Amino acid sequence: MSEGPLVVVGASCAGISLAMATRDLGSERPIVLVGDEPDLPYHRPPLSKAFLAGKAEESTLALRPESLLASLGIEIVAGTAVTAIDRTARRVITADGRRIAYDHLALTTGSRARTLAIAGTADNVLTLRTLADARRLRAAAATCREVVIVGGGFVGLEVAATLAVAGAAVTVVETEQRLLKRAVSPAVSDAVMRLHHRHGVGLRLGARVTAIDRAGDRARAVRLDDGSVLPCDLVVVGIGAVANDELAAAAGLPCRDGVLVDPEGRTADPHIVAAGDCARHPSRFADGRLVRLESVQNATDQARAAAAVLHGLPQPYDKVPWFWSDQYDVKIQIAGLVDEPDTSVLRGNAEDGRFSVFHFRAGRLIGAESLGRPGDHLFARRCLGEHLAVTPALLADAGTDLAALATAARAAAAAPSRTS
Amino acid sequence: MPKVTYVLADGSRRSLGLSVGASLMEGATGNAVPGVLGDCGGSCACATCHVYIEDARAAALPPPSEMENELLNGVAAERRPTSRLGCQVRVTAELDGLVVVLPERQT
Repeated sequence: MSEGPLVVVGASCAGISLAMATRDLGSERPIVLVGDEPDLPYHRPPLSKAFLAGKAEESTLALRPESLLASLGIEIVAGTAVTAIDRTARRVITADGRRIAYDHLALTTGSRARTLAIAGTADNVLTLRTLADARRLRAAAATCREVVIVGGGFVGLEVAATLAVAGAAVTVVETEQRLLKRAVSPAVSDAVMRLHHRHGVGLRLGARVTAIDRAGDRARAVRLDDGSVLPCDLVVVGIGAVANDELAAAAGLPCRDGVLVDPEGRTADPHIVAAGDCARHPSRFADGRLVRLESVQNATDQARAAAAVLHGLPQPYDKVPWFWSDQYDVKIQIAGLVDEPDTSVLRGNAEDGRFSVFHFRAGRLIGAESLGRPGDHLFARRCLGEHLAVTPALLADAGTDLAALATAARAAAAAPSRTS
Repeated sequence: MPKVTYVLADGSRRSLGLSVGASLMEGATGNAVPGVLGDCGGSCACATCHVYIEDARAAALPPPSEMENELLNGVAAERRPTSRLGCQVRVTAELDGLVVVLPERQT
């Protein structure tokens, strides 16, 4: 096991998890995290919610206190972009000309907000990804009255919810015919649509932004392809994220919308791992297909697997993917990877907005989406994690006790087969 | 500052003075107490800040919400009657001297 320097590019959730896990494994090797943001590593989920609402201050966002990282010998080089990896000499080169030698390199470079080409630059057309973005958005939100959100994905909808609660008139523009189309099933899209309607948010589905009218440096209105004009004093663009894989690609590492890694987190270079939003890995929850996931769960768990392999303890990353989004007082929770289900069953009451949709493919549970049904969500996580066999019929039956079902399925999985 | 003692899975103890209002999760992750992760940052979503509050004062704490109660069903270690999520329990002056036992694993 090598104890030379571990350099982590991306002082992010995944980067900190990887560094902390390395220390938890007992390694005392030098660890340097290099990040291009000026701020110390922070929690991103509150940026669209508590921080934007003014309910959480920056001091509460740190992933770990600076003093703690220092005491653990985890050096943070902030505000410094890495511009190249010299794989032969095993060092990274920074924008300010530094060369930092590594024995192992971890890429946790994350993703960045996709931008809307026609939006151009205007003082009040913003995206939300970083703390710097969030500061700008929070300042703008303090005075805005009419907000147009471009994109009905999770970031856009969380911002819509926060600003609507704060009293702004909010309209969400989405090119698809339903919200969250790439992430959830139609029943959940409908429920989320009703939730936002109830809070007074305007929704323009199947609509495309064709132009943004400006006055000087400020956007004044958003024009849609149906000819309508939405006056605004703030535009938030939330149309997805792009993997930051250019650094790896330039160094010759195989990338395909993300740095390709094996189940343990290794790239094609035995000295380099990758984890989090920037990595694409084979997932047993997608029948072994390569997936790139943007979530806290993936960032933390994949980073821990990558730390383990660097420590000489390879273990496949096979944690159940899960995700959450808080909008108003509703927690949306997703377990597993829902891709082309052939059977879907509903539990709970879609009318009152507290329900789950369990998805099956070829008789096997592949995932579940839950609104205000945390018990269903945890049940799905457990079934997926422990390979418990459950049937659509049992889940569709409101009388089925999920805790008892999980216990029975676990017992069945543990029992020797009667047919052998 | 109220003192809270974390009993680690290996039996060793870490006593810390924590600010009133801080959560037991923040007290652990902010002070490198091993065995608490707090991945979701206190959003009551991940169940990686599981603790056992084996203290008579546990009964006087605000009870778990439905979300916390369900998440406790999904913790990696054994759920016990004393199980709580550390992010949902905030330090008060009355909790001075609290002893918090950490489970063997969080994932």
